[in-house]
Formats: sequence, C-alpha cells, structure tokens
Amino acid sequence: MAKTLFQKVWEAHAVRKLPNGQTQLFIGTHLIHEVTSPQAFGMLRDLGLQVKFPQRTFATVDHIVPTNEIKEPYSDPIAQEMIEALRKNTKDYGIRFFDTTTGNQGIVHMVGPEQGITQPGTTIACGDSHTATHGAFGAIAFGIGTTQVRDVLATQTLALSPLKVRRIEVNGKLAPGVYAKDVILHIIRVLGVNGGIGYAYEYAGTTFDGFSLEERMTVCNMSIEGGARCGYVNPDQKTFDYIKGKPFAPKAADWDSAVVRWASFASDAGCQYDDIKPFRAEEIRPTVTWGITPGQAIFIDEKMPALETLNAADRQTAEDAYAHMKLAPNTPIKGTKVDVCFLGSCTNGRISDLREVAKYLKGRKVSPSVKAIVVPGSQLTAIQAVHEGLDKIYIEAGFEWRGAGCSMCLAMNPDKLVGDQLCASSSNRNFKGRQGSQTGRTVLMSPLMVAAAAITGQVSDAREVFKV
Amino acid sequence: MSLAKITQVKALALAVPGDDIDTDRIIPARFLRCVTFDGLGEHAFRDERTGPDGKERPHPMNSAQAARIAAAKQGVMVVGFNFGCGSSREHAPQSLWRFGFTAFVGGSFAEIFFGNSTTLGVPCLTLSKEDLAECDAFVRANPEVEVTVDVEKQTVSAGAKTWQAGIAASARDGLIKGKWDPIADLLEGADSVAKTAGGLAYVEGK
Ligand code: SF4
Repeated sequence: MAKTLFQKVWEAHAVRKLPNGQTQLFIGTHLIHEVTSPQAFGMLRDLGLQVKFPQRTFATVDHIVPTNEIKEPYSDPIAQEMIEALRKNTKDYGIRFFDTTTGNQGIVHMVGPEQGITQPGTTIACGDSHTATHGAFGAIAFGIGTTQVRDVLATQTLALSPLKVRRIEVNGKLAPGVYAKDVILHIIRVLGVNGGIGYAYEYAGTTFDGFSLEERMTVCNMSIEGGARCGYVNPDQKTFDYIKGKPFAPKAADWDSAVVRWASFASDAGCQYDDIKPFRAEEIRPTVTWGITPGQAIFIDEKMPALETLNAADRQTAEDAYAHMKLAPNTPIKGTKVDVCFLGSCTNGRISDLREVAKYLKGRKVSPSVKAIVVPGSQLTAIQAVHEGLDKIYIEAGFEWRGAGCSMCLAMNPDKLVGDQLCASSSNRNFKGRQGSQTGRTVLMSPLMVAAAAITGQVSDAREVFKV
Repeated sequence: MSLAKITQVKALALAVPGDDIDTDRIIPARFLRCVTFDGLGEHAFRDERTGPDGKERPHPMNSAQAARIAAAKQGVMVVGFNFGCGSSREHAPQSLWRFGFTAFVGGSFAEIFFGNSTTLGVPCLTLSKEDLAECDAFVRANPEVEVTVDVEKQTVSAGAKTWQAGIAASARDGLIKGKWDPIADLLEGADSVAKTAGGLAYVEGK
C-alpha cells in the first residue's frame, strides 16, 4: 500500500500501543537546550531515573546567550545559572554539549542540521516548538513540553497519537524578491493560525523541489505558526548532498546504504492524504504581518484589512491588534516608521540569508533613525560569514554584527525592544511582548525586506528599494 | 507511582475571552529565565494584568473571582479558540495551574498546550462555538456558581445548564484512570523499546 513519509517514519518508530490507546513512539534524536531542560533533569533526579540513550541526546545553549558578551560570568546572573545548570546536567549524564567554547554552539534548530545529526526518516524531539525545522530533511520532528523532555530522557520514547497529513503543494517559480519566508507567511495567512491543528504538513510541489535545504527549513520552521506541530519535505538528492561530509553524517562505508534507506522514506506516489491544498508560486508577493498573530499578514502593496470585511472572531483579534500596533485599518502598511531591524533567528539566521541580503546591501546605509542588528544563528554560520567577508558589508552599511543566539527573537537575553518601538524582524512570532517590551511591536518579513526597512527607516517593498 | 483519578473538577470559574491567546501572553519569556517552575503562578498573564507603568490593568485575572480561585487552589478557566498557541513552554500551563486553575474549557486548544496540561492532570475540554458562548455568558453572570467539568461524562455544567463537551479519548482515559502522567507506562515498555531501537540503523549504542 502506498504510504506517506509520516506513516513510514511512524511505523518504523512505533514501540507498542499504550493502554490509553496512544502509541509509544521511539525518538531517535533528542535535542535539548537551557530553557526547557533544567526542570526535566530535576524530575529525573526526583524519580531516581537515568538518561536512557545519552548518545542520542544533544545539547546546546541559545535563548539566554548574550550576543554581545563573550566573557563569563554573564552580566545577567540568571543566564549564568542556566548555562551552568546545563553544563552540570550534560556532564552528569554523559550528554554531548555544543557549548559556547566549542565553536559549534548556536540555535538548536541550526546545530542539528549543521552537524549532520538531522537526517531523513528519523524522529526528532526538542522542548521547543520550532523543532519542525528539522522536517526539511524528511524527519518527523516536533516540539514537546518539559515533562515530555523528562519522558524522552528517561525512556527515549513519547506517548503520542498519530497526526493526519495535509499535503501543501506549491507549484511554479517565485518572482524575484519573493522568498521562502513569503511562502510560509502566505500559507499561514490563507490556512489560518489554527488551520494545522491535528495535522502534519507535507510541503511539496515544484517550488519546494527547487528550494535549497535552507529555504525548506525556513518554511518547515513556521509550521507551528500555522498550528501544525510538525512539517516536512520529502528527502531528495539535495537533502543527501547537504548532509554529506557533516560531522555526524554516515561515514563512507555506510553512506550508500544510508542514502537508499533515506530515499525509501519519501511519500509514495499515489498515497492517500487527509487533505491537499494547492498554491501557485507566481501569486505570492512579499508578505508582512500587520498584527499580533502570524496569520495577520498582507502583501506589501496591499492595505491592512477594514474591520467590516472580517468575521466576528477575526474582528475582535484585529481590533486588539490595531490597538497594540498603533496602526489603522484600511491603510497601507508600507511607509510605517521602523525603529529597530532584526536579521536573525532559526527562521532566517542562516548563511544563505546573510549572503542574499549582503548582495544588495553593498554601498547602502542604514537610516540614522534605525538600530539594525544582524545575528548569525550559529557560531559556524558566523565563522563562515566572516570568512566570506559578509560581516564587513553589514558593518559598513551600519548594522551591528553580533554573536550567535536567539537574540531579539524573544525576550530572554539583553537584546530587547524598548517601549513601543516597532521592529522589522526576520523571526517567526509577532505576539504581543514577544521581543521584550510589553508595548513593543513586531512586523515579520523576509530578510531582504528587513534590510529594505533598515535603509529607508520604513516598512518598504524591497523590490523597489533594491531594484530587484 | 499512584496518581489521583481525575473524573470531575467542580470549582468556581473565570472567563478569559479572546482567540489565539499565545503562551508568550500567558507567561512572558522573561519569566522563563529560571531552573524550576516554582513561583510562576503569580506571573500568569503578567503583562496583560500590569501596564508598563506598573499599574494594574483591567483584566479578568485581576478580579475578585480570580483571587477566590487562587485562594481555593481550584478553578475552571473558560477560554476561546486556539488557546495556548505558540511556544511549547510548559511554563504556561504550569503558571496557570500554580495560580489555581485545575481545568480549562474552551473552543479549541493548541496541541502542545493540551498535552502539557494533561500531563499535569489538568483537563482541557472543548465546547461548540454556541455552547461556549452560552457557558461564557453564564460564568460572567453567575460568578458564585460552581462549574462542573465532568471528564468521564464529557460534559460541562453550571446551574441548570449542561453542555456536551469533548476531550481526546486518550487524555480522558489517562485522567479518569489516574494515569495522566505516562512515565510509568513508558518505563514498562523497556524491552519493546530496545527491540525498536535495534531495528533502526541510525541509533548506535542500543
Ligand atoms: S530563534 Fe526564536 S523561535 Fe528560534 S529557537 Fe530561538 S527563540 Fe525560539
């Protein structure tokens, strides 16, 4: 019988049926970080349990790491306490830790792929909702809560119910100046922020076939913003090429059999989906959010919705959003004044993002009214970027060049908005208060759109600013 | 490990309206800078309850009803659709539970939030849109009346009203049998786990 990748991976990892009807699912790879693991280790100690598969558990530190301090102790004593707790826990239980001194530290969803730990046909769990990022490689990867982190530490399994599978098929070629970020913002806008509840999203079609692994990661990353706990792209030659030679990739003798095995996990032709949603790439334009959920988005050349056009429930959220964002219905978002520009995060802090923007940034200057920061998502990305001289282009243009981490994506480190600053951001969440100020405002967009905003000091159409 | 059988929660209720309330709003990220869940209760909905000037804002969590629930360490929160979306932080249900909420009734729940609550022994039941509106209105008009969230019968009732409610079968089963924390079952499967791991080429050291 023809099967989806989801079904095949699920079946290969199903341990047994639990008394409550759920499946005990084996988790091949467990990624942990400093925010959601300390309590889990505490629970483990309370129960007198051990880590069952320390060699399948990998740790890094990302959320609390300051991006402009290297020396410890950090100026925030709580951040210091958290990094030390992770050092102790990983040491006590024999878990590999990509610490800040290793040159391999970074946002957890960047470290897995960079190290070749993220592989097709595997199950990956992490106490972080953007774990679906790893689905770009054809893995079933999802975010879990802290008690579940304990479950995986202690048993390398989780109690789960299978998901339905929705195929999201995007065909055609994106216009110049339109990126993977616009694709996922558009999908969320159309299907809604809760449209994916109960589903795994399978992203497919010629647009995805043409995407690099990094572009696929950008899309899979934001599956959760569409309500889907996991999202994936079927593995292909590009996937295998990306993994080859990475530290944890299968070695020469095992490589060929690994590729055969990986390829066998791809969804079969003629398999049944619970739902299929088609999109045309040509119809997608640069997309920005105007509200306080990632679904409140428009094309850059559209007006924000008039309240009368919305149904009752959307209208209530929209009123709340307009009040918070200090924006007016039925007006363009283009031209809105921007205070801060943030280029980074697990959505768009990769080397391809930094390269793409740098291409257009040469010879341009950040508006004097804007504070612009660029934060490579990992140390390896930062090293590569410096090697290519990208840092100089950013600094020359007036960006602050920072160290690896989550930075201004969320308010757990010193990079924060102040007051009601408006931030043009390449991250994934525009929730109220997300970037560290209760009244702070976030407009999500692609990296090149962030650069356009930095130069003009306004929400702008990058295609015009850079003559794309 | 023996856990309480959670068949029913009967307690005062508080309506916290709005759809798509994300976990950043329930517990702002700065409170995640911690290595235990202790003390999170007082920070639930912190930035909705307190303005940037440090003054209290009008919010259901600042009401006398919320204070009664906090004192009783028992309460039902009536919410909208897609409650608990966004970040997977277990700190969100932990903070509401530590505040005093022992059950949620809403239109729908984000999956990770639902799972995190269930493993705390806190049931999340869903009502249809119409019934939720009625329940919400009842709770606001009759704050002194206790609401019964019946996990076993899958109903929510208050006063003379009873609404048909839903909850995932596995969560219901776990709650009413006192097996809402899956760790015991998961540990029991150790032999089968070794077998599954043995069949996976990428899992070394099995
Ligand atoms: S970059 Fe943002 S979304 Fe990604 S892991 Fe860090 S905090 Fe979470």
